Amino acid sequence: MWEGIQVVAALKAAGVTHVVWIPDSDLGRWESALAGPEGLPLIRVCREGEAFAVAAGLHLAGQKPLILLQCTGLFEAGDALRNFLIDLKLPLAFVVGVRSFFLHQQGKTLDTCPLFTEPILQAWKIPYEMIDREKGPPELTRLLLNARASGSPYALLYPE
Amino acid sequence: MLMTQRQALEVVARKRGNHVIVTTMSSTGIWPELSDTPLDFHYMPSSMGQGPALGLGLALGQTKLGVIVLNGDGCMLMNLGALVTIAHHPAPLFLVILDNGLYEVTGGQPTAGTGHADFVRLAQGAGIERVYAFESLADWEQGADAALAGQGPVVIVLKVEARLGQKTPKPPRTMPEQIARLRQALET
Repeated sequence: MWEGIQVVAALKAAGVTHVVWIPDSDLGRWESALAGPEGLPLIRVCREGEAFAVAAGLHLAGQKPLILLQCTGLFEAGDALRNFLIDLKLPLAFVVGVRSFFLHQQGKTLDTCPLFTEPILQAWKIPYEMIDREKGPPELTRLLLNARASGSPYALLYPE
Repeated sequence: MLMTQRQALEVVARKRGNHVIVTTMSSTGIWPELSDTPLDFHYMPSSMGQGPALGLGLALGQTKLGVIVLNGDGCMLMNLGALVTIAHHPAPLFLVILDNGLYEVTGGQPTAGTGHADFVRLAQGAGIERVYAFESLADWEQGADAALAGQGPVVIVLKVEARLGQKTPKPPRTMPEQIARLRQALET
């Protein structure tokens, strides 16, 4: 389990200025560190499509936002993702919590989230990478810096 | 007598100060005839109902300028949760809801809220303290200075005449051009 304080440090090391999010039960454990005195400006939205819109505005204003959302939220956010990442070509980065990923690998869940997360990103032509959680939060810094250097939108999948 | 959308927007153009303007759908077709500066951003092509959230990000991401979002009632209904999000994040955001009671660019069909959805009460219920409503041009002319000044967030509901036979408008510039000049304007 990644600790919230380490995640905040990793995001700051990657130059992230704002976190726009709706947490899932795994990412939500980072709440106290993100919202704490040493955290980052935390923008809470009501639906995940909004997260892409708010992040787009922050980006246009010169900031470096990161979106954190759950995979079900990714499915909800399709139209916003299509518009901001593809029509407007904004190089926004986002972390998607992939619910039941490990159970799915073991064939021990009927949860369809891990089944559809990657095909959805492929359908939208969004580059993505699965985070290796064994490497710890510094891996997040490396991946985010690589994503920014790519100049394109980028999804990082956080297996749960 | 209700004001026309053009009359409503003419008041915004006169009273905007140096606020950034974000247009959506119908207002995109009128606004270029009223103003054409780097701070006029036509959110087109768009995602359904995301103009207010885009404006919130712009307002939170820089401290120099306020942001006015010109939204329609149909667009607002697409993402009512944005009112709650906006209420939660104090920012110099002025959300103008141009309420004509129909989907103008798809042929004039009524919305699910036509005749009963009350955007003033919805905004207040979401937690937004500064909410204004105007139905006549004279009242809007008189109240615009106060509504478009001070601390945000602010919601302004303008009842406007419905127009039929409108097509989806096109912004005067490509999106890459718009993005480049808005970002440059915000950096200087």
